[in-house]
Amino acid sequence: MNKKKLFDSSLKGWLYLLPAMLFLIVFMVYPLIDVFIYSFEEGYNSASQTYFGVGGYNYSYVLHDPYFLQAVKNTFILVIITVPLSTGIALLISTGINSIKPLRDLFQTVYFLPYVTNTLAVGLVFMILFKKTAYSDGLINLLITWFGGSSVDFIDGPYWAKMFVLCFYTIWVVMPFKILILTSALSSVNQEYYNAAKVDGTSKFRTFMRITLPMISPMIFYLIITGFIGAFKAYSDVVALFGTDLNAAEMNTIVGYVYDMLYGDSGGYPSYASAAAIILFAIVLTITCINLLISKKNVHY
Amino acid sequence: MENGTDYKKIEKTAKRKKTVVSTVTYVLLTVWAVIVLFPFYWMILTSLKSYGAYNSEYIPKFFTLSPTLQNYADAFTTVSLGRYLINTTIFTVVTTAIMLFVITFAAFAFARLDFKGKNIAFLVFLSLMMIPNELVIITNFVTVTNLDMRNSFPGLILPSVTSVFYIYLLKENFEQIPDSLYFAAKVDGTSDLKYLMKVMIPISRPTLITITILKVIECWNSYVWPRLITDDENYFLVSNGIQEIRENGFGRENIPAMMAAVVVISVPLIVLFLIFRKKVMEGVSRGGTKG
Repeated sequence: MNKKKLFDSSLKGWLYLLPAMLFLIVFMVYPLIDVFIYSFEEGYNSASQTYFGVGGYNYSYVLHDPYFLQAVKNTFILVIITVPLSTGIALLISTGINSIKPLRDLFQTVYFLPYVTNTLAVGLVFMILFKKTAYSDGLINLLITWFGGSSVDFIDGPYWAKMFVLCFYTIWVVMPFKILILTSALSSVNQEYYNAAKVDGTSKFRTFMRITLPMISPMIFYLIITGFIGAFKAYSDVVALFGTDLNAAEMNTIVGYVYDMLYGDSGGYPSYASAAAIILFAIVLTITCINLLISKKNVHY
Repeated sequence: MENGTDYKKIEKTAKRKKTVVSTVTYVLLTVWAVIVLFPFYWMILTSLKSYGAYNSEYIPKFFTLSPTLQNYADAFTTVSLGRYLINTTIFTVVTTAIMLFVITFAAFAFARLDFKGKNIAFLVFLSLMMIPNELVIITNFVTVTNLDMRNSFPGLILPSVTSVFYIYLLKENFEQIPDSLYFAAKVDGTSDLKYLMKVMIPISRPTLITITILKVIECWNSYVWPRLITDDENYFLVSNGIQEIRENGFGRENIPAMMAAVVVISVPLIVLFLIFRKKVMEGVSRGGTKG
């Protein structure tokens, strides 16, 4: 009797879990195993679903593909520029927000807007602002010439110009999340510490370095880690600016390379796509581990 | 006497310093606000300029004296913007609804029921949270293609109806509901399902609303999966639609009409955000990631 009851309740528990489990097995667990299998199947043909052998050829192909190397280079540049810069600016802005009373809500609302906009749609606006066409130099170039510079095509022009727009847009897109997190972290620092510092006559800068930063360091590191992960996966903002043919624009990212291998004009190679995706995963995992190690030494919990 | 003037002097410099600092702060904050708002202003402005006026401006103007709504009419007639919007609405509503159903039951099982293997199952669920989408999307693409579900709503919707993270979030919330309520209900002979519906869901409404909003934002902006899985224009979502408009629609140069489309696509989420501002921001700081 008791045994039957236990069995019944177990069954019930699993029954409630069933929908979630089914979806997770089909769309997550199975694909996760499958992607590794794909990545080792050499010469896979998606039409006949056959392959020649098993080995590391896909990895070596991907690692020697100039498009992939370009994508890796682009992604690393993007990560190295945008993560520190966006975190730094977000810290500056959050400190600013926290020190004012009037208009504070308004600023916070405005700063959050990019989060709720469609990356593709607003990317198009950025493209128009920066693009130089036969009819018009575009607004940004107008500003540059006003200040005495010479105009440059940021969308179809030199590499550094394109990279600049990409970094700028990426920072614009990731800022709301960082400002939000840092503002709430800053406002939760215990006011008594500041009062104590004031009594001691500590300068504002010193207070910030010695009290504020250590107190919010867990949140800063959280943002740096998620920032790294997010920037390594950059894709849709790049498409928004430069269109879908990213290899031709020399602006492809690792994720973009994966999708190009999978689908589209250059697609039909799930094995190469899998190998590239696993390489990306390995890079992200390594960087995250390094980040965690560094944070263990420097973060005060 | 002398001391008194000294204090006044100190007070004065301190006050002046304070004014300078707060002015600099406001200037800085305003600069960033302008950077954030300007693209929005520019897209609305451009969408109101007529095609001829826009193309004759070699130096772009910061305002327009003859606004026109013609571009909005063009956006709906020349390309299938209406279709994209309907598709995205269907996709968003159905995905969110199925997801809420799935995660509520899973969270209930983890939070309230006792069964064999629960802890191990939960551990497996948690570890799945670390799997990036890019790793599983390749096989999902092949699976959906093989099932002949490309260019169909099931193919679009089904892979994104579970979220381990939201299950986790909801489970934490369910666990805060005191056990005594559950046992009282049991004594009254209430079934588990009824308890879930009548007690747990109403109590956890704030969390469910937060999850709903976050999912709606995610669905409305999703681009990668829909792009892989649809190449028939009748199934495009807004993101793919905008990409299509950019590459083929309107003739490449009709930028005002493009901007009208961009405005139409952006408005729903911005309105949603302004209505549920507190909820959205609170929800994102608890469980959002973007960047």
